[in-house]
Amino acid sequence: MIIRILGEGQYLLDDKLAEGINEIDNKIVRDLKSGNQGDFSRDISELISSVKSLAKPLDPAEIRPSDIIIPPSDLSFEEAKLVFRGEGLIRG
Amino acid sequence: MGFLDRMSTVVQAKMNKIMDRIEDPRETLDLSYEKQLALLQNVKRGVVEVNTSKNRLVIQKSKLQIELDKLDGQARDALQAGREDLARKALENKAALLAQMQTLDGQIRDLNEQKNKLVAAESRLATKVEAFRAKKETIKAQYSAAEAQVKVTESVTGISEEMADVGMAVQRAEEKTENMKARSAALDELLEAGTLTDYSGGDELGAEIAQAKAKSNVDDMLAKMKEEIKK
Repeated sequence: MIIRILGEGQYLLDDKLAEGINEIDNKIVRDLKSGNQGDFSRDISELISSVKSLAKPLDPAEIRPSDIIIPPSDLSFEEAKLVFRGEGLIRG
Repeated sequence: MGFLDRMSTVVQAKMNKIMDRIEDPRETLDLSYEKQLALLQNVKRGVVEVNTSKNRLVIQKSKLQIELDKLDGQARDALQAGREDLARKALENKAALLAQMQTLDGQIRDLNEQKNKLVAAESRLATKVEAFRAKKETIKAQYSAAEAQVKVTESVTGISEEMADVGMAVQRAEEKTENMKARSAALDELLEAGTLTDYSGGDELGAEIAQAKAKSNVDDMLAKMKEEIKK
């Protein structure tokens, strides 16, 4: 599957390895619901570093839509809450 | 719904704004390509803007360093004149400025990172735009309008996702530089007015230290004269 880390481009990940991504995704949802900022920062970093270590960068000349979109590494807790509430990441 | 699904929704909303729904697939391709070229220009401007902001902060840093050195010199003068109280005040001002310096260092690092990311994004986008251009010509030459539709949707969707990503990166970088501009303008005003050392009696402090220094010089001269007269 193809994964995009916003601001960093696309990666190619073996479908079998996607389970780990789902687990971290669930953790992030829990962090946002409980308002635990420290755990949130840790889980976002873990998400991004695990994609980078498990997946291979996709050739930038390939034009393909992604299956999963990962937030940028500098996403703040406040921005994440906006995304989670469905209010978007940036104005406009 | 997971957090990453929400993230995809955000990107999808951006993509919908970028993509045009036009009957003629060939026209869709051309229009998308025009937008890609415009976005490339936009990223280039973004890189320049972030760099300018970073340079402004570097200049501020050197101005702050001059202030720090000045306060250090004042503290030394005060100590030599036997006024530990004034030396302490000068060093207190220095400590406050050191905190400003650390903030500046963090901001410069942050902007540098932003710049590097935008430069990399620009290069990825340029590669994709070039690939899109080639694909667009192939589709136009080889397929009938009806056949082209599927191919067009595929590549326009793919490139629109890249454009949404890069567009958001530029916007985020711009917001960051905007925020820093306001803060750095405030610091600039302070530096230019020479009031940075004034907020705890800085200029008065400088004057007082100069006075103490002069007094200690006079005391030294007096003592020396007394010695000479005695001989």
